[in-house]
Amino acid sequence: MGYKFLKHTGDIKIRVNEKNIELAFISSAFALSQIITDKTKINSKISKKIKVSGNDMSSLLYNFLEEFLFLLDAKGFILSEIINFKIDKKKFLIICEVLGDKSKNYKFTNDVKAITYHEMKIEQKNNYSVIEFVLDV
Amino acid sequence: MGIKKISEFEWEIPKQGKMKVPGRIFASEKLLKDIQRDKTLEQVKNVACLPGIIGSSMAMMDSHQGYGFPIGGVAAFDLDSGVISPGGVGYDINCSVRLLRTNLTLKDIEKKKKEVIQKLFQQVPSGVGEEGRIKLSKQELDEVLKLGAKWAVDKGYGKKNDLTNTEEGGCMKDANPNYVSQRAKSRGIPQLGSLGAGNHFLEIQMVDSVYDEKMAKEFGLEKGMITIMIHCGSRGLGHQVASDYIKLMEKEYGFPEEDRELVNAPINSELGKKYFSAMSCAANFAFANKQLITHWVRETMKSIFSNFSAEVVYDICHNIAKKEKHTIDGKEKDILVMRKGATRAFDKQPVIIPGSMGSASYVLVGTKKAEEISFSSTAHGAGRVESRTQANKELSPEKIIEQLNKKGIDIVSGSRKGIVEEAPEVYKDIDEVVRTSDKLGIAKLVAKVIPLAVMKG
Repeated sequence: MGYKFLKHTGDIKIRVNEKNIELAFISSAFALSQIITDKTKINSKISKKIKVSGNDMSSLLYNFLEEFLFLLDAKGFILSEIINFKIDKKKFLIICEVLGDKSKNYKFTNDVKAITYHEMKIEQKNNYSVIEFVLDV
Repeated sequence: MGIKKISEFEWEIPKQGKMKVPGRIFASEKLLKDIQRDKTLEQVKNVACLPGIIGSSMAMMDSHQGYGFPIGGVAAFDLDSGVISPGGVGYDINCSVRLLRTNLTLKDIEKKKKEVIQKLFQQVPSGVGEEGRIKLSKQELDEVLKLGAKWAVDKGYGKKNDLTNTEEGGCMKDANPNYVSQRAKSRGIPQLGSLGAGNHFLEIQMVDSVYDEKMAKEFGLEKGMITIMIHCGSRGLGHQVASDYIKLMEKEYGFPEEDRELVNAPINSELGKKYFSAMSCAANFAFANKQLITHWVRETMKSIFSNFSAEVVYDICHNIAKKEKHTIDGKEKDILVMRKGATRAFDKQPVIIPGSMGSASYVLVGTKKAEEISFSSTAHGAGRVESRTQANKELSPEKIIEQLNKKGIDIVSGSRKGIVEEAPEVYKDIDEVVRTSDKLGIAKLVAKVIPLAVMKG
């Protein structure tokens, strides 16, 4: 259960293994966040509702993760918790609430430039949801 | 994969399957071995399948696996039948390097190195989520996107000469801010005038060796001179432009089954033109960004050395698509050249190849031969050889700082952890990269600069 970082020259590849797709998406967001925060504890001071859509599951994951890069750059928001997560797998829609803090209260130097489709996988294996993706760092 | 030796530094992947042209790798035997450790060659093949590609799908000597194009990938396209791909430019549009030469020598700076780098660290914003020193309105941001470094110079951040020595004069003229999304602009507004994080850096260096006296003189460089290097890109604005157009192109044209990141649009299509224009805006953002940083570097240095002056040697793009004239089958023709993690190497043009943190960087000069064999391109840096995840497991920041200090290099960074990921161990051998470029003749060695103090973004 959870996520791990795999070997990938230059960029960072992540594999997530969770009981269901909801948890797998949430874990993917935390993996992304951990690269930036490097295990620093982030306070849950601010809350935001987010809504993300896609054309298929891969683009839904891409857009969901990209939202956190957008929130960081444009709003100075860094993630600590995700609650009330709902995913519509037919309409490719996610609605959830994110909690976190102002990024300027911390000092981070590990940047994630972008989410990529490179080697992206979203699979159901036995009773597990497996997600793999590569970040441009 | 079958690979054919053409000469000591040239290798070919013969045309096969859906490839429209062969693949061409510029590397020494040693560097080729590094390149073969990941999926670079497969990516060279994928690029060779794109419509309208001319000549061959190329990989420079510092290539490694990217997404879509490999990093170090160069490909040229026919303007009528060819395509443009955000995956051929990269997410960090116009990630680029500017080299400044100064009127200081080692003895001026030796004892003040720590103070200098600390002061620069205070004056030039860096790090993730860090805001720039400039507050822009939406209208002003549009001006930046239209005019690039020229905007900054017009506002008093620098001088006209800075623009002369910048690729494209620091301004891509096809830039139209209407084609950049609000989402991208809102990521860009807080970030103008900041170095960023990750592999971006600012370095105080010294010219250690001169290989070509005549060219070095031409570039204003001499042994013992202090130089300053700035490496940064278009920040979140450029990343968002890339990702916006990946989505738009996918919707309009679908994506190649080999790799979703190779999504593309005909150069002549409305979407292709809009992407080129938005990419130009992001490139201009990066040019303006470095111009502002240059200004603050000058200001900071003047506060320490009252007679300080610095001139731009050159400012060169790493991730970009350009419309250029090249000779194809004996005829001069306008084509689109995409360089992703590669630098332009026009005849007599300065080429700046930064090393990894703590290792040497090089100044080279472009050649006629580059026009003939590599669409006027060469390497862009050391190129990664090891994954960052692996580096974090094997190296400690304390040890790396100690190693750098032993070599007499001071380092400042917002966090110690980030230092590990840019450690010299993670990169290919820069000396071998530039030697290969020099021997192959696509960019010839002019001078070597060594780091004295590094500010890691």
